[in-house]
Amino acid sequence: MFENVWLIPLFPLIGFLINGFFGKKIKNEAVIGGIGTLMIFLSFLVSCGVLMQLIGLPAEQRVFEKVVFPWIHCGNFKADMAFLIDPLSAVMIMVVTGVGSLIHLYSIGYMHGEEGFYRFFAYLNLFCMSMLLLVLGSNMLVMFIGWEGVGLCSYLLIGYYFEKKSAGDAAKKAFVMNRVGDFGFLIGLFTLYWWFGSNHNIWTINFVEIKAASHLLPYGGVVTIATLCFFLGATGKSAQLPLYTWLPDAMEGPTPVSALIHAATMVTAGVYMIGRMSFVFIKSPETMMVVAVVGACTAIFAATIGTAQNDIKRVLAYSTVSQLGFMFLAMGVGAFGAGIFHLMTHAFFKACLFLGSGSVIHAMHHALHHGHLHDDAQDMRNMGGLKKYMPITFLTFLVSTIAIAGIPGFSGFFSKDEILWQAFANPYHGGLNIVLWGIGCIAAMFTAFYMFRLVFMTFFGECRINPKVKDHLHESPLVITIPLMVLGFLAVVGGYIGMPKLMGMLPNYFEHWLDPVFELANEYGKEYAHVGHHTHALEWGLMGLSVVIAVIGITIAFTMYMANNKLPEKFTSTFPALHRAVYNKWYMDELYDFLFVNPCKGFGNLLWKGFDVVVVDGIVNGVGKIFMGLSAGIRGLQTGYTHNYALGMTLGAVVIVALYIFR
Amino acid sequence: MLGAYLPIIFLVVIAAVFGFASLCFSSLIGQKKPSEVKLAPYECGCEPVGSARERFSVKFYIIAMLFILFDIEAVFLYPWAIIYKKLGMFGVMEMAVFIVILFVGYIYVWKKGALEWE
Amino acid sequence: MDMLQFPANIAAAAGVNFAAIMPEVILSVIAMALLLVNVFINSEQKAYLGYLSLIGIVVTFFSVVSGWGAPQSGFNNSVLQDNFSLFFKGTFLVSAFLTILITDQYLKREECNWGEIYPLILFATVGMMLMASGTDLMTIFLGLEVLSVSLYVLAGFNRANLKSNEAGLKYFLLGAFSTGFLLYGMALIYGSTGTTRVAAIASYISQNGMVLSNPMLVAGMLLMAVGFSFKIAAAPFHMWTPDVYEGAPTPMTAFMSVGPKAAGFAAFLRVFIVALPAMKADWSELLWVLAVLTMTVGNITALKQTNIKRMLAYSSIAHAGYVLVGFTAGNAVGTAGVLFYMLSYAFMNIGAFAIIVLVGRKGEENNNVSDYAGFGFKHPVLGMCMSIFLFSLAGIPPAAGFIGKFYLFSGAIQAGYVWLAIIGVLNSAASVYYYLRVMVFMYMKDPTEEFDWLAVSPSLALCLLLSVAGVLIPGIVPGTLLDLAQKAILM
Repeated sequence: MFENVWLIPLFPLIGFLINGFFGKKIKNEAVIGGIGTLMIFLSFLVSCGVLMQLIGLPAEQRVFEKVVFPWIHCGNFKADMAFLIDPLSAVMIMVVTGVGSLIHLYSIGYMHGEEGFYRFFAYLNLFCMSMLLLVLGSNMLVMFIGWEGVGLCSYLLIGYYFEKKSAGDAAKKAFVMNRVGDFGFLIGLFTLYWWFGSNHNIWTINFVEIKAASHLLPYGGVVTIATLCFFLGATGKSAQLPLYTWLPDAMEGPTPVSALIHAATMVTAGVYMIGRMSFVFIKSPETMMVVAVVGACTAIFAATIGTAQNDIKRVLAYSTVSQLGFMFLAMGVGAFGAGIFHLMTHAFFKACLFLGSGSVIHAMHHALHHGHLHDDAQDMRNMGGLKKYMPITFLTFLVSTIAIAGIPGFSGFFSKDEILWQAFANPYHGGLNIVLWGIGCIAAMFTAFYMFRLVFMTFFGECRINPKVKDHLHESPLVITIPLMVLGFLAVVGGYIGMPKLMGMLPNYFEHWLDPVFELANEYGKEYAHVGHHTHALEWGLMGLSVVIAVIGITIAFTMYMANNKLPEKFTSTFPALHRAVYNKWYMDELYDFLFVNPCKGFGNLLWKGFDVVVVDGIVNGVGKIFMGLSAGIRGLQTGYTHNYALGMTLGAVVIVALYIFR
Repeated sequence: MLGAYLPIIFLVVIAAVFGFASLCFSSLIGQKKPSEVKLAPYECGCEPVGSARERFSVKFYIIAMLFILFDIEAVFLYPWAIIYKKLGMFGVMEMAVFIVILFVGYIYVWKKGALEWE
Repeated sequence: MDMLQFPANIAAAAGVNFAAIMPEVILSVIAMALLLVNVFINSEQKAYLGYLSLIGIVVTFFSVVSGWGAPQSGFNNSVLQDNFSLFFKGTFLVSAFLTILITDQYLKREECNWGEIYPLILFATVGMMLMASGTDLMTIFLGLEVLSVSLYVLAGFNRANLKSNEAGLKYFLLGAFSTGFLLYGMALIYGSTGTTRVAAIASYISQNGMVLSNPMLVAGMLLMAVGFSFKIAAAPFHMWTPDVYEGAPTPMTAFMSVGPKAAGFAAFLRVFIVALPAMKADWSELLWVLAVLTMTVGNITALKQTNIKRMLAYSSIAHAGYVLVGFTAGNAVGTAGVLFYMLSYAFMNIGAFAIIVLVGRKGEENNNVSDYAGFGFKHPVLGMCMSIFLFSLAGIPPAAGFIGKFYLFSGAIQAGYVWLAIIGVLNSAASVYYYLRVMVFMYMKDPTEEFDWLAVSPSLALCLLLSVAGVLIPGIVPGTLLDLAQKAILM
C-alpha cells in the first residue's frame, strides 16, 4: 500500500480535472457530485490501507518515504515530489479523506440546485488534493505547494458566491492575510535551508533529513528566528492572533466549505506544521512560549467574541478560532500529541456542528423562501424551537456541543482536558504554565457558555420564525443527515482512543501511536525542562475542576437563555460598553483598518501617483521608446535582397576571422 | 619503355586517318544540293541567330538533372566492377542497396511523368 | 599491379554496424516507400501518407528509445549513436511528428495537397539524425546536405504562392553560400590535423600542441562556426530567417524553426566539444559575442513586427541566442540545458504555429497580430493553448520555457559568465513585450471582424494536446527530462 500512496492525492486531482473541464457539459448533479465524492472516498480507502499497513509495522519502523518522481534538482538544491508516511501524516490523511468524504456527500444535498454546482465540486476536490499534498509532502517545498494550494482553494470557495460583494471582499481578505503568513513560512524555510547548508553543508529541505540533522541545531538563536517565521505562517493559515480576522468573514462561503476548510482541515495546517517540525520548534524555548501565549490568548479572545454573536455560523467561526488556540496552546507547552489529538476530535465535532448549522440554515432558507420573506436565515434570533422540526440535526448537534463543551465521556473532553493538564504540568515555561492553564480554563468556560447559548437559542424555546412559514420547516434529506450522524457518532466515541492513562480503562493508544514522531522533540525538550512532580490526586482534581467549569458555563447559558429570558437584555443594559465591544469583536477590524489598511492605502496612493506615474512610467516608457527606435533601425537592414544578406554574412565571417587571426 | 605506348599511337593515327579519309571520300562522291538551312553552322533545332537570352523549356532541365543522377550511377558502377571480385558478396549487397535506392527514384520519376516529353 | 589489398572480412573491416544507424535506416526505408505509394494513389488519399509517416516516426522512435544507454559506433567511427544523439533524435522525431499533424489541414486549405511533403519531412529528419550521430566531419556534412536539400524544397513547397517560392529560392541560395563556409572550415581543419574524425582531431591536437597556433586551424574553427551559425540562425548570419520563415508554408516554418535548429546545435556541440576542446577559450569567446548579438537582434527586431510568423521568426532567432548562452557556458548544466531547451522549444513553437495554421486563411492571409483580436473569447480553449505557448516562449513559469531558460542561464552563471546571464535575462524580459502583445490582442481587443468557424481537425487537436502536455509537464516536473538530458551529455 505504501508504494501506492501517490494515489491518495491523485484521485481528487482526477475528480477536479473531470468536473473542472467537463462539469459544465455533464450538467447532471448526481454525476458531478458522485464523481467528486467517489474520488475522495477512493482516497479514503487507500488511506485506510496505508494506515492498516502502518499499524502492522513495529513502532520504530513506521516511517516511509515514497519518491513519486524527481522534481527539481539543481546544484545543491534537491526537491523531489515525494510523500512521507508516518503516524502523524497517517492521522492527517485519515481525517482529511474521512471527514472530506462525508462533507462531499453532504454537499450533494446542500448545494442542490446551485448555479455552478460543478465548480463547487471541482474546487472541493482540488482543495482535498492540495491538503493531502500538504500533509503528505516529505519536504518543505511539496508542503508549501499544498500550503499555497489550500489557500487558493479557500479563496475560490469563500468567493463562491462572487456576485455578492461581501463574499468577494471576504475572499480577498482571507487571501491577503494568508499571504502575509506564507511570506513568513518561506522566510523560515530559507533560513533553515541556508543555516544547515552554510554551516554543515547539509543542503536539504527534506523533513527526514532535517530530523536526522536536527541535533546540530542550537537552542534559540537562529532557530528562534526560523521557527517564529514558520509560526507567522501558521498564524495566517490557522487564524491565530493577530491574523485571525479573515476566518469569521470566510463564513461567506457555502457551509460545507466552512465545515471542511475552515473547521476540520485547512485551518489546522498550522498545527500540523508545528507537529511536523516539532524537533525544530522545541529547540527554541522562546518560540515555544510565543506559540503557547498566542494560542492561549486566541482561545480566550475568540471565545469572548463568540458569546455575543447572533449569526449561527459566526459563533461557530469564533469557536473554531478559539479551539485552534487550544491546539496551539498544546503545541506551545510541548504537548504535541495532545494538540494533534484535539485537532482530530475537533475535526469530528466541529465538522458536525458546521454541517448541523448548514442543515438548519438549509431548512430556514427553504421555509423563508416559501413565504417570500427576506429574513436572515442565519440569524439565531429568527430561530428557536427547531428541535421538534429537525430531530436528527438537533440530536447530532447536541452531542457535538456536549463534546466541545468538555463533558466527560465525549471526545472533546479527553482531548481538551489533556491539553489543559499538560499546560499545567509540562515543565517548559515555569510559572507561566499556571497562567496558561488558567486562561485555558476560562476559555473553556466561555466555550461551554456560548455553545449552549447557541443550542438553546436555535433548538429550544419557542419558535421565533415568522409563523406564516412554520409549516415549511422540516428535517433535511438523508444525504445531509447521514454525514451528520456519522460525525455525531465520531464526536462521541472518537475520544476513546486517547483516554488519559490516569483513568486506566484503556491505554492511551493515540499518544503511543504518535510517540515515534514526537520522541525526538521530547528528548530535546529535556535540555531546558524544569523538573517537577505531580501527583495523581492533583490530576484527578484538575480534571474534576475542568468538568465543573464546563458545567458552570452550561448553567449560565441555561439561566440566561432558557430559565430567564430577560437576563441577556438586563446584562446588555447594565454593561452597554462591554457588550458593544464584544459584539463588535473588540473593534479588531477597525483597529486593523486604522493601523495597517489605511496607511498602506495612503502609501500605495503616494507611490502610484508620485513615484509610479512620474518616475517608473517615465523610465519604462523611455526605455521602450529607445528599443522601438532600435527595432525600426535594425528592421531597415532587412532589405529583402539576397545579395545584401550574402554580403552581410560575408562581412560577418571576414570580421570574425580577421579579429582572430590578427589579434 | 615507351614501346608499351606504341599501340596507342597506332590507334591515334588510324583514327585521324580514318576521319580525314571519310570526310574526303564523302565530299568527292556525294551529291551536293546546298540550301540555306544546310549551310547554317548548326542544324540541331536551335536558331543560330537572334537573342541568346532565350528561355528553354523546363523539360530540358528535368531531363538534364535526371541524366546526371543516373549517369553518376553508371560512373559509380565502373570502379565497383573493377574490384567486384575482391569485394565479394559484400560488394553485391552494397551495390544492390545503392541501385534499389536509385530505382525507387526512377519509378517515382517515371510515374510522375517526368520522362514524357509532352 | 594489385594496389588494393582487401582483408578477408570486408564488412567487419569497414565497420559496418547497422545498429548504429538503425533509426536512420528505418526512417529512410519508410520515406522511400511513401514516395512510391504517393505516385500510386489519388489526391483524396494523400492524408494516408500522413498517417503512414506518423506510424513510421513512432516505429523509429521506439528504435531510438530502445537504443538508450547502449552506445553503438559504426562505419569506422564515422557515426556514433550515443545518448547524446539519441536525445536529439528524439527531439527531431517529436518535431517531425508534431509538424505532420498540422500539415494536412494546411495543405488542403492552400490547395497544394501533394504527397511529396511527407517523404521530404522524413528525409529531412534522416538528415538531422545523421548530423546528430555523425562523428566524422564528412558524415555531419552529408547529413546537413540531406537536411538542407529537403528543406529548400519544403520552404518553396507552396509553389503557387510567390512568397513561398521566394522563400525556397532565398533559402537555397544563402544555404548553399553558407555551406561553402562550413565546408571550407572543415577542409582547413582537415588540412591542419590530417583527419576528419572528431575524436581523432581532438587527439591530434592534444598530441601536437603547436598546431593550436596554426592560423589554418583557427580559421577552420571560425569558418565552421560561421557555417553552423547560419544553420541555427545566429546573428549576424540570421538574415535569411525572417524572409524564409514568413514565406514558407506555415507548418514548414514550424518545422524549420525547431528541428534543423536542434540539428545544427547537435552538430555544433559535437564538433566543438568533442573535437576542439583544446580551443574552448577561443570558441567560447566567439560564442559569447554571437549569443549576445543573436539574443539582442532577435528580440529588438521582433518588437516591431506585425506579421505573427515574422515575429516568431525573430523570436526563434532570439531563442537560438538563449541556447547559445548555455553552449557558451559549456558545462554540464548549460549543455544539458541546451538539450532540454531544444526539446521543450519544439513543443511550444510548433504548438504556437499550430494555432497560426488554424487562424490563417488561404493564401497565407490573416497572419497579422491584429487578426488575433478577440480570439481568446471566441475560442477559449484554443486561446488558452496559445497563451500557454506564449507564456512558455516568454519564459514564464510554470511552462517548460522557464525551466529551460533557468538551466541555460544558471549554467552560464556557474561557468562565470554572469554578465552573459544578465544580458540573457534582460533580453528575456524584453521579449515578454511582444509575446504578451499577442495576448493583449487575444483577450483585450474586440474582434474587428467575425471569426469564421475554425475547423480543428483531429490531428491538429492532437498536436495541440501533445504540445500543451509537452510544455506543461516538463515545466512542472522538470526532473525526469533533465535527468535524461544530463545522461545524454556524457559524450
